Amino acid sequence: MLNVRLIFKNAFRSKLRSTLTVAGIALAIIAFGFLRTVVDAWYAGVEASSASRLVTRNSISLIFPLPISYKEKIRQVEGVDKVSYGNWFGGIYIEEKNFFANFAVEPKSYLELYPEYILSEEHKMAFLKDRKGAVAGQNLVERFAWKVGDTITLKGTIYPGNWEFVLRGVYKGRDKSTDESQFFFHWDYLNEIMKKIASVRADQVGFYLIGVKDPTLAVSVSEKIDRMFKNSLAETLTETERSFQLSFIHMTEAILIVIQVVSLIVIIIILAVTANTMAMSVRERLSEFAVLKTIGFGGGHITMMIFGESLIIAVIGCVIGIVCTFPAADIFASEMSNYFPVFVVTKETIYLDIAASLFIGVISAVFPSLRAVRVQIAENLMRVR
Amino acid sequence: MENGKPFIDIKNVCKSYRRGSLVIPVLGNISFDIRRGEFLALMGPSGSGKSTLLNLIAGIDKPDRGTITIDGIDITKLSETELAHWRAANVGFIFQFYNLIPVLTAFENVELPLLLTSLSKKQRQEHVAFALKMVNLDDRMDHYPGQLSGGQQQLVAIARAFVTDPAILVADEPTGDLDRVSADEVLSLMGRLNSELGKTIIMVTHDPRAAQKARLIKQLEKGQMNAKCQVDI
Repeated sequence: MLNVRLIFKNAFRSKLRSTLTVAGIALAIIAFGFLRTVVDAWYAGVEASSASRLVTRNSISLIFPLPISYKEKIRQVEGVDKVSYGNWFGGIYIEEKNFFANFAVEPKSYLELYPEYILSEEHKMAFLKDRKGAVAGQNLVERFAWKVGDTITLKGTIYPGNWEFVLRGVYKGRDKSTDESQFFFHWDYLNEIMKKIASVRADQVGFYLIGVKDPTLAVSVSEKIDRMFKNSLAETLTETERSFQLSFIHMTEAILIVIQVVSLIVIIIILAVTANTMAMSVRERLSEFAVLKTIGFGGGHITMMIFGESLIIAVIGCVIGIVCTFPAADIFASEMSNYFPVFVVTKETIYLDIAASLFIGVISAVFPSLRAVRVQIAENLMRVR
Repeated sequence: MENGKPFIDIKNVCKSYRRGSLVIPVLGNISFDIRRGEFLALMGPSGSGKSTLLNLIAGIDKPDRGTITIDGIDITKLSETELAHWRAANVGFIFQFYNLIPVLTAFENVELPLLLTSLSKKQRQEHVAFALKMVNLDDRMDHYPGQLSGGQQQLVAIARAFVTDPAILVADEPTGDLDRVSADEVLSLMGRLNSELGKTIIMVTHDPRAAQKARLIKQLEKGQMNAKCQVDI
């Protein structure tokens, strides 16, 4: 018990230095946790993707459409359970900074394919009945203070003109990783207007969403669909929803690598700071270690004491950092919800925080403890004289 | 002497230090013995090798040559770990500057060497209480070193030195940093430890008054024992 008390007392012998080091570790843990959460947020779409959903798009590029006539052909492929479709609408609400994802979708099948979008039966029926109806996620509704029944006007970018929708429903996410900031409306409404203003662009969809009967059939169904449209005017590329989401992430992979490197650099910097704190602390107490060795304390005891001190500083910093990460992440999430609709500090991030702080605590103690263990008793007792 | 054998037997001990390529001889072929229960004062001018000899006897340094046999054990043959265990069991140390751990109370400082023993917490508390009572500081056990005078700190250091009941106490200038009154108190206590508890005490000192408290005085000069200056009191 005295050993533990001695370790605690020694850890905070220089209160200012140890407190600053703890504060530094706490800040580093917050920064590390934050950056890891940003990476997680980037992958939120991938995490939320279902193994039983496929996405079929034009094999040349996502910006090239596919004919609506493919729907029935795809439905007939063995292993296909449901087929939905949609277009990226890309409308702007009032001004560009109010960005959010908005799609024209076939509503009934879309909602069947996405059971993670929880919509009340009343809202669902109202949405399905109203051709100009739209559904928005809870985050989006809160962000713009919309109410069910409000008319929402989006300015078209891909599809010209001002488009009016009536908010008929608000969905909530079933899981933490479900994006609650999407907006979707009837594809038929878009198609009708397009028939009037640009008929060549009518009856075309940006993507098909396919539900397979069994996730193990995903590969064979994908191959069958793509084979079916081989050598047609619009060849397809079918992949799992996860692969589809990952293809977007790969476009920004360099940013993710930079974020991950920065998060490691943060840990390395605070490791250097903590190691310096421990080195100074041990250097100031070499004569004390000589006394302890004189009394009979061995290298194991002294190593344990120094590792204990280092770990106490690192763990206290880690605990403060983790406790502060959650409110900081909440503030960040509310301020940046248009860029990071899903910003959740995961258990894995907390485990990484703990692992990082233990790493800092252990590594910082290695060289100081070696120095303390190698203290020459006679030489260091003379220092006191 | 016990069964005709000396308690501490020092034979042909040589010690030198290296400063780069320079070899500085400190002790040259020293031989003498010490009886159990002796109170020996080692005197001599600065650089004569007193502290070095004390360190060798206490097992915190090793000679270049020669043997030091204590109670039948040649400590020059022991490894670092064995020496640490031997020191913990057999030697109590009293330093000139007390060398107490500043973040521990007087009680905790005295308890420190007992952590290396197999004593229970209750037994440790009893030992510490006895040691602090012996040095008349049982009312200051919760004080930190910074809250004690120099003399009181040295008394705590002495309590720490004998709390494990070692056979030997080594003291390096124990009164060197104390005023006269405190020095007398410390020397009187060391005398009691020698006479009442039978501790073998080896004390390095410059102070002739301190040396007078010992029963035997040996003089070192330039790393050699000055046989002419041995005084039995």
